[in-house]
Amino acid sequence: MPGPVQSIERAAAILRLLAQGSGRLGLSEIANSLGLARGTAHGILRTLQMVGFVEQDEATGKYQLGAALLHLGTSYLDVNELRSRAINWADALAARSGEAVRIGTHLQGKLLVVHHVFRPDDTLQTLDVGMLLPMHATAMGKVLLAYDANAAAAVPEGDLEAFSRRTIRTTKELTRALSGIREVGWAADVEETTVGEASVAAPIRGYGGLVVGAMGISGPVERVCDPHNRPRADLVTFVRDAARAVSRDLGAPRW
Amino acid sequence: MAERYVMSIDQGTTSTRCILFDHGGRLVSVAQREHKQHFPRPGWVEHDATEIWRNLEQIGPKALAQAGADPGQVAAVGIANQRETTVLWDRHTGVPVTRAVVWQDTRTDMLVEELARRPDAYIVEELCGLHLATYFSAPTIRWLLDHTPGLRERAERGDVLFGTMESWLIWKLTGGPEGGAHVTDVTNASRTLLMNIYSLSWDDTLLDFFGVPRAMLPEIRPSAETYGVATRVMPGVRIAAALGDQQAALFGQTCFAVGEAKCTYGTGSFLLLNTGHEPVRSTHGLLTTVGYQIGAEPAVYALEGSIAITGALVQWFRDGLGLIGTAPEIETVARTVDDNGGCYIVPAFSGLFAPHWRSEARGIIVGLTSYITRGHLARAVLEATGWQTREVVDAMNADSGLNLRTLNVDGGMTANNLLMQFIADVLNVPVVRPMVAETVSLGAAYAAGLAVGYWPDLEGLRRNWHRAAQWLPAMDPELRAREYDNWQRAVERTFDWIKPHDEE
Repeated sequence: MPGPVQSIERAAAILRLLAQGSGRLGLSEIANSLGLARGTAHGILRTLQMVGFVEQDEATGKYQLGAALLHLGTSYLDVNELRSRAINWADALAARSGEAVRIGTHLQGKLLVVHHVFRPDDTLQTLDVGMLLPMHATAMGKVLLAYDANAAAAVPEGDLEAFSRRTIRTTKELTRALSGIREVGWAADVEETTVGEASVAAPIRGYGGLVVGAMGISGPVERVCDPHNRPRADLVTFVRDAARAVSRDLGAPRW
Repeated sequence: MAERYVMSIDQGTTSTRCILFDHGGRLVSVAQREHKQHFPRPGWVEHDATEIWRNLEQIGPKALAQAGADPGQVAAVGIANQRETTVLWDRHTGVPVTRAVVWQDTRTDMLVEELARRPDAYIVEELCGLHLATYFSAPTIRWLLDHTPGLRERAERGDVLFGTMESWLIWKLTGGPEGGAHVTDVTNASRTLLMNIYSLSWDDTLLDFFGVPRAMLPEIRPSAETYGVATRVMPGVRIAAALGDQQAALFGQTCFAVGEAKCTYGTGSFLLLNTGHEPVRSTHGLLTTVGYQIGAEPAVYALEGSIAITGALVQWFRDGLGLIGTAPEIETVARTVDDNGGCYIVPAFSGLFAPHWRSEARGIIVGLTSYITRGHLARAVLEATGWQTREVVDAMNADSGLNLRTLNVDGGMTANNLLMQFIADVLNVPVVRPMVAETVSLGAAYAAGLAVGYWPDLEGLRRNWHRAAQWLPAMDPELRAREYDNWQRAVERTFDWIKPHDEE
C-alpha cells in the first residue's frame, strides 16, 4: 500500500491553519508556520484556490478559507447555475441533433430536470423543468447512478418499478448496466421509460472530474436509433461532445 | 472541402467575445476575455481601448483554434459592440488619446443640462430621434475636446479620430495607421446624437450644436457591407458587418418584419421593435433608432425602450449585499418563498430610463416588514425586471398602435425560468427564447454572412430560427392588476429624490 501523499497532508495543514485565529494569512506567514518553501506553499494554495477551498483577498493578497469549503455539506453546484453555464451548449446540441435536450441532476432518488431545450421543429412543446423522472429507466438517470455514489445509494434494493417491457427490473441487472455505462462513458434508454421513445446521455463534470449532472437528447426511437435499435453513433458523439464542452467550462480536467 | 464559418466579435461593456457560427447558425466555438473597468471618480466609467484590442488579438485565434479552423475558413467577420462608448485616438500612432468613456459615464451631466437650456435644443430630438442625455457620444466628445489641452486643434486637423468601439476595432484590424478603414455603421452612428435620422448622414446643424469637428468622424456605412480586409489577427478575412449590440440582437432574433420585437436581458435590458422603413416618433419616452441597413437597401428603423438596471440589480444583490454567491443563485433563493411578501424594489440607481426618464429618481425598497426574508427580496429583484418590461411594452403598444403578441427574449437572464415565467405573466403574452441565446453575436454573424453571400437572404436566416423554450402566461388577471398597481405606486415614490443642487 502506498504511503501518505505529502502534498495532501500539507494542504490539510494549510486549511487547518486558515481555520484558526483571524483566518486571514499572507503567503510568508503560511510558509513560515508550516516550515514550507514559499514556492511549495504557493503551489498548494493556488490549487486550493482553484477548487474553491481557499480565497485570496484582491487588495491585501491574504488567504482565507473559501466559500466552497463552507458549503461542502450542501449542494456542490447550484442547479440554476448549472443551467446558466450549460445553456449555450445545450442549444447547440439541440440544433445539431434535431432532438430535445434535457439536463438533469439527482434529487432524493429521482432525476430532476433542471433544463429543457425544445426539439427544433417549432411544434408546440411544454417546458418540463422541475419535473422528476425515474433514475433507473432514463439515460440521464443511469448516467448519474453510474457516476454518483450518493445517487446510487438512494436506489432501493430489490425490484425496480417497470414503465415498459424494456425497463430494467432488478438491481442485479442495473449494476451490470451501470458498469457498462462507466466503460463507454455514456448511457442510452431505448423504450425503457416510454414505448417509442429513446434517449442518450453523458455525464457533466466539474472540478476534479466530479459528476454534477447529466445531459442528453431524447426523441422517437426510429430517429435516435439505427435499424438494430442501437443509438446512432453520430448522435452519441454530439451528446458526448456537448457534455464535455460544458464540463470544460465548469473546470473539469480533460478526459 | 473544409467547413466554412462566420466569426462574430461581441465587444461588450464587461468583456469581448469571439464566436464561430456554422452555416446552420449553430455555435461552434467561443473565446472570451474580460477587460478592466476604470472608475477614476464618482460617476466616471472608462475602458482602455488598447486593452480591448489586445484581448481581441488573443481571443480571435483562440476561437479559431478551438474549432480547429484557420483564418482561410472564415467567410467573414461581423462586429457587435457596446453602443455609445467613445474612443478618441491618434491617426498617426494608433494610440488612444484618453481612456474610452463608457456609455454609463455621467461626467457630462452639467454639460448636457447646459446644452438642454439652449433655445435651439429642441432640434436635437427632431433631427436625430434621441433625447439629449449623458450616455450618447456627442456630449462626451465635446467634453473631451473641452478638457484636453490641444485636442480640439488636432481633431480639426483630422489628426485625432473619433469612433465607437466597432470603428476602433475595424480601424485596427484593417491596418491602423497603415491605411486602416475609419468607418462606422448606421446603427452605431444613430447613437451619437450627430446623425440625421432621415438622411443617415452627419448633420451640420448637430455638429455645430455640439461643437464636434467633422474631420474626426468616421464614414457612415450600411450595417452589412464589406468594409475592408483584416491585415491583423485574422489576415485576409473580410470585415463585413457592424451593428450596435441591441440592433445586432434584433437581427439575430430575425425580427425582420414590422411589429416584431425582442428584449435582451443583460446588465440593462433593451426592447426593440421593428417599425419598417419609416422612423416612428415616440410620445411615450421611447427612442427612435436605426435597426439595420443591408447594403444599398433602405434602412429599417426601430423603436427602443431602454431599461437601465435589470441584471445589474442581481449583481448588486450578489456583490453589494452578498446575499447570493453567483447570479443564477437568485432563482434558487427566490424559490424559497411563494411571493414577494409585499416587498418591491425599484432600481433607479442612476435615475429611471424608459418610459419615465427621471434622472433625479433614486432606487427604493418599499413594503419592508419584519416578515420579509432574503427570499422575498430575491423575488422583488426579479420582479423589478418583469415590471420594467411591462412599462416599456405598454409604451410601445401606445406609440406603435400595435399590440405585442409575443415577446422574443435573449441574453443571460433568459436562463432564469422563474423570471421568464413572471415576464409572461405580467405581459400576458407568451415569452419565447430562440435556440441561440447569444443573439447579439448571432446577429453580427448573420449580417456579415449576408454581406458576403455565405447566407443567401433574410428568409434563409429565418429558417435557422427555432424556438428553444416558451413560457405561457398563467397569472390571475386580478392579481396582475393589483401587483402592477403596487409597482406603479412604488415607482412614484422614487421621483424627486435628488434635489437640483444635490449634485456637485
